[in-house]
Amino acid sequence: MGVLLFELSLTCYFAAALIGITELFKESKTTEKIALLSALIGFSIHTVSIIYRYLSAGHIPITNPHEATSFFVWCIVLIFFFLQYRYKISLLSSFIMPIVFLLMLTASLLSREIKPLSPTLQSYWLGIHTVFAFLGNASFALAFGIGFMYLVQERYVKTKNLGSLFDRLPSLQTLDEINYRLISFGFPLLSLAIITCALWAETAWGSYWNWDTRETWSLITWFIYAIILHSRLIAGWRGKRAAILSMIGFITIIVAFFGVKLLKKGLHVFL
Amino acid sequence: MKIFVVGLNHKIADVDVREKLAFQGDKLETGLMRFRDLPGIEEAMIISTCNRVELYASVQESGQAAESIKSFLASFHNINRESLDKSLYIYNDVQAVRHAFRVAASLDSMVLGEPQILGQIKDAFELALSKKTTGILLNKLMKKAISVAKRVRTETKIAENAVSISFAAVELAKKIFTDLSSKVFMLLGAGEMAELAARHLIGNGVREVLVSNRTFDRACDLAKEFNGRPVQFDEFIQEMTSTDILICSTGAPHYILTKGQMQKVMRERKQRQVFIIDISVPRNIDPAINDLENVYLYNVDDLQGVVDTNLFERQKEAEKAEKIIGEEVETFLKWQASLDSVPTIIALREKAEEIRREELEKLFNKVGELGEKEKEAIEYMATAIMNKLIHPPTAALKGDTENKEMLVAAVRRLYGINGEKHEE
Repeated sequence: MGVLLFELSLTCYFAAALIGITELFKESKTTEKIALLSALIGFSIHTVSIIYRYLSAGHIPITNPHEATSFFVWCIVLIFFFLQYRYKISLLSSFIMPIVFLLMLTASLLSREIKPLSPTLQSYWLGIHTVFAFLGNASFALAFGIGFMYLVQERYVKTKNLGSLFDRLPSLQTLDEINYRLISFGFPLLSLAIITCALWAETAWGSYWNWDTRETWSLITWFIYAIILHSRLIAGWRGKRAAILSMIGFITIIVAFFGVKLLKKGLHVFL
Repeated sequence: MKIFVVGLNHKIADVDVREKLAFQGDKLETGLMRFRDLPGIEEAMIISTCNRVELYASVQESGQAAESIKSFLASFHNINRESLDKSLYIYNDVQAVRHAFRVAASLDSMVLGEPQILGQIKDAFELALSKKTTGILLNKLMKKAISVAKRVRTETKIAENAVSISFAAVELAKKIFTDLSSKVFMLLGAGEMAELAARHLIGNGVREVLVSNRTFDRACDLAKEFNGRPVQFDEFIQEMTSTDILICSTGAPHYILTKGQMQKVMRERKQRQVFIIDISVPRNIDPAINDLENVYLYNVDDLQGVVDTNLFERQKEAEKAEKIIGEEVETFLKWQASLDSVPTIIALREKAEEIRREELEKLFNKVGELGEKEKEAIEYMATAIMNKLIHPPTAALKGDTENKEMLVAAVRRLYGINGEKHEE
């Protein structure tokens, strides 16, 4: 049952991504609606599958790579719908749904076995820490997509070669501001995730900071986003620079998320 | 009856011919009434704009109608009858229908896809309706032309994207900034094109308008006109810190804004986006400024490039529009054919026959055993009633009346014979 729900939502995300990409080449109001609808169906099924897993495991289902990635995707789609609702950005699904699908596909390849919870994870910090971390990272994922849209539109306007997406992409200022808002939303969440991580580490292992690879990478991403926000406020780094930095930031997150896991095992047993 | 068009447009006739033949002001109404009263003309309508004069009619016999319309045009406008021949086109039937649809959809316009023509057609049609000069054919043609034009507008992108330099500037500004109404706009210098672009931008609503000019008095005049604030020419660079959109068109023979100056401005405005349009020739703004981040500099050629791309796009869209029009002409012709009386008589007969058969069957099933004789008598009576009922409409349809199309349409409607979808 859990598997079926997961596969179903994966399929819906795949459909949304596929339709989103065809959207880039052929404009049509109906296909855009279909893309959104299949994303919405995927999201609903996904929600049910997470609740189902929560009930069958008896604890918050973010305790192995599969669950963590799946929950990460869920957060991204949640924020995606918020943006869609709030700003009605056309082509947003074309840029975001492929990311969603790829991450969901990765989740599907990871082991889905439900293991008994190790004692260090049996803490209320688990829920608090992970929700902060994933919501924060999800808004950075959206910033990545928006940043990419900015770079495409920026290139059109700068080179004076107004390509096929020029009409449909939002204005540069809109994209830049949404990018900034996403980062200013994600940054405090990331900070809270790091603080709760330290507090939790203290109760679990007796020291606040252990310099395990996961912690180090989180700190690196924290610095990248801190630089984006700081330089924007102080030196007015906006537009292209902010877009590129926000893309680098998210790539770092992905490296930290999956790459580190592959390289070696740290204290973060569940990623 | 046939649809028939005699007319001229910007492609076939120069402006001096067009203005001579235009039905301006009161002339339109009197012209329309006289046109309707011409021999052989059943329905009439006149479209007269600065780019075209077209007389639509439904006629019984087109050869004669062409002659009488031409003579009417010559006498009404007091011009030589012979000189008209080479500057008029005449379309008949299918071609006339296609032409009307193309005109309404703005495929025949000087600027492809421009929206005014549809309004002009609506006005012309309304006048014809109020003067009762049109009938079933032209009414259908015009209603259909208007709906075809709308379909073309929604299904193709023929009316999208700016096709003039000043609109292209506004379009670009909207793709750089979220909301023009929070932006400060500065006009530097003057000139026809610059002022036109300024007017379009201001028309889209900007927060503040600044005007600067080498002669301060001129700046003050323009500022008054645009409801803005005049700025001394040597202070314009300071004002750039708060200016988001700059249109520049001065007669200066050199750059009045260099890359170094602009870099400083950008630092002061915290790198907020700036859109600069340099309409001046020779250019007044150092082109290297476009290399700066968040600065978007367009000169006349760049804007013309945008316009050319958009025009090219419209041409591509026009092909799609032609396809739509092809379909719609088909459906129109089908409708027109349904107005022919013969198929209607047959359909009426079939319908009555069907009712007769069904009712007899029902009756025989209900009553049960009946002798051959009784059956025959009942069938005979049913046929007789049917024939008596459909005889008058059939006779009327076969007869030689003036408004046959109207009659056919009425019969089809009253007897529920479907030959066309109702679109109202």
